[in-house]
Amino acid sequence: MSTSNPFAEGTDDIERKRMIGRVFVAICFASTLVGIVALVALIADVLYESWGWVTWEFLTYPPSQVIENFLPGGRGAGIYPALVGSIFLIALTAVFTVFLGVGAAVYLEEYASENWLTSFIEANIANLAGVPSIVYGLLGLAIFVRGMQLGSSLVAGALTLTLLILPIVIVSTQEALRAVPDSQRQAAYGVGATQWQVIRDVVLPRALPGIMTGTILSLSRAIGETAPILMVGAATSLFVAPDGLTSSFSAMPMMIFEWATLPEPEFQHVAAAGIVVLLTILLLMNAVAILIRNRYDPRS
Amino acid sequence: MSQAEETAEITTGGARGIDDRKNAAIRYVFFSCALVTVLTTLGIILVLIQGSVEFFQQVSILEYLTGTEWSPVIRPRSYGVLPLVWGTLIITVGSALIAIPIGTATAIYLSEYADPQVRKIVKPTLEILAGIPTIVYGFFALSFITPIIQYFVPDTGTFNAAAGAIVVGIMIIPMVSSLSEDAMSAVPDDLRNAAYGLGATKFEVSTRVVVPASLSGVIASYILALSRAIGETMAVTLAAGMSPQITTDPFEPIQTMTAYMVQIGISDVSVGSIGYQSLFAVGLTLFAMTLSMNLISLWIKSRYREEYQ
Repeated sequence: MSTSNPFAEGTDDIERKRMIGRVFVAICFASTLVGIVALVALIADVLYESWGWVTWEFLTYPPSQVIENFLPGGRGAGIYPALVGSIFLIALTAVFTVFLGVGAAVYLEEYASENWLTSFIEANIANLAGVPSIVYGLLGLAIFVRGMQLGSSLVAGALTLTLLILPIVIVSTQEALRAVPDSQRQAAYGVGATQWQVIRDVVLPRALPGIMTGTILSLSRAIGETAPILMVGAATSLFVAPDGLTSSFSAMPMMIFEWATLPEPEFQHVAAAGIVVLLTILLLMNAVAILIRNRYDPRS
Repeated sequence: MSQAEETAEITTGGARGIDDRKNAAIRYVFFSCALVTVLTTLGIILVLIQGSVEFFQQVSILEYLTGTEWSPVIRPRSYGVLPLVWGTLIITVGSALIAIPIGTATAIYLSEYADPQVRKIVKPTLEILAGIPTIVYGFFALSFITPIIQYFVPDTGTFNAAAGAIVVGIMIIPMVSSLSEDAMSAVPDDLRNAAYGLGATKFEVSTRVVVPASLSGVIASYILALSRAIGETMAVTLAAGMSPQITTDPFEPIQTMTAYMVQIGISDVSVGSIGYQSLFAVGLTLFAMTLSMNLISLWIKSRYREEYQ
């Protein structure tokens, strides 16, 4: 083994070394600023472009091809069907996701023994999380829309989004279940509880805040997804909100995409107004998730 | 858990026939939920392969993989996927040129230099970038990035590859910075102190001790970020356009594989037509690319993982 000091060379020129160090810190600090500046620029750009376009009418009227209808004093036009469509879509996705995600996580954490099948399922979940969202759109198109004959319906969109966020929900739920101390399970077994009783009455209530936080964060990802619902066939020219599981639907990101691709420059402001509504809902969902975490986190 | 099961069996004693059957049924329900994830993977593979088989019954695989013209819907038709792959590569390489240096330098700053209080604020702030819907990045490219590019390069059109690469680069900065920072923070202080003891400066500790020691995690974060860039859809569709062409000029419009799928998705291509089938061939190509990158990332992480006590 060599005994030479790898850091000894050039020690006679310590000033130069210090200079390099200072330049390096400056570069690293500037790089950190790039991300933050980009975030600020993005938010400022959206707010600037949408200024004056987010009105009460924008929230309560269906879209229009005529730009004057979006303006104050116009007949009123906005994002209403897509707003309600997105809320229905996410509510339905939440129902499917909570059932499947919590079920799968409980199986993996509480029931499954350490064998090849369990590690295969876990590796598979890790890989699913890396599949592009548009590929889930193709899956939804072929299986739900065509195969199961659901058409371009609300339920087909929700099922597609469920499969998309399922890996994230399972992983976050597993973490929440793992955080429940084993001593609590053993105590319940000690007083004669069955495994199902332990899970239902001890593990799940303890893990609930963690499960809710992870699920809400995943749903906030789903509500902003465009590509999967686009492939499933979400509409952009609907004037009414969806009224049933099998009715066609519009959603906010789809509507924003439509407006952003229209050639008239004024529609850029309409798209920006749609983004403000979408980001506001995202912000609310994240705030709820953080509140739940801070309220129930034993570490805080 | 096997120990817990044993305990349960002992304590419930004799009258457990009904409980056992109920528990077995419940276990079966939970197992079915976990099985959904396996079925999802199977479903994706089967759907992509079935659609691709129909496509390749009409188009030769050789033409698909080597052709340099892509026009499956508009006559004269041609089915060379290379322009779409090229578009995806330009976006991926361009965004990597932005996200990898900036993300790595950010990670070094947060892990080695920043005050813990600063890190606690900056890291989640950067992660907001990853939570913003990609459609918003597309809008940002059109309304902010492209006008800036046009100011410096006046010939640039509304749609151009550079704007797409820049917004995707911004989008994946937090993937590189957060995952790399995690890896760098996991390097034990003993290694740093040993280097300081040999007279190393902080710069040398950062670049010659911490970065090499966390290299597997850092590289894995690069590959995950690239895989995300390959699959990115809405931002590149809005920013980079829908013109499949092989060009080295970043100020020209291009079309990525994902943007082509969007183009077919919003048009009225009928089921069973070659345009509809081409969706699945392109989807399979995309899936194969991202899957192999994800597998490489997992492999690097497990193969070269440094375990510190």
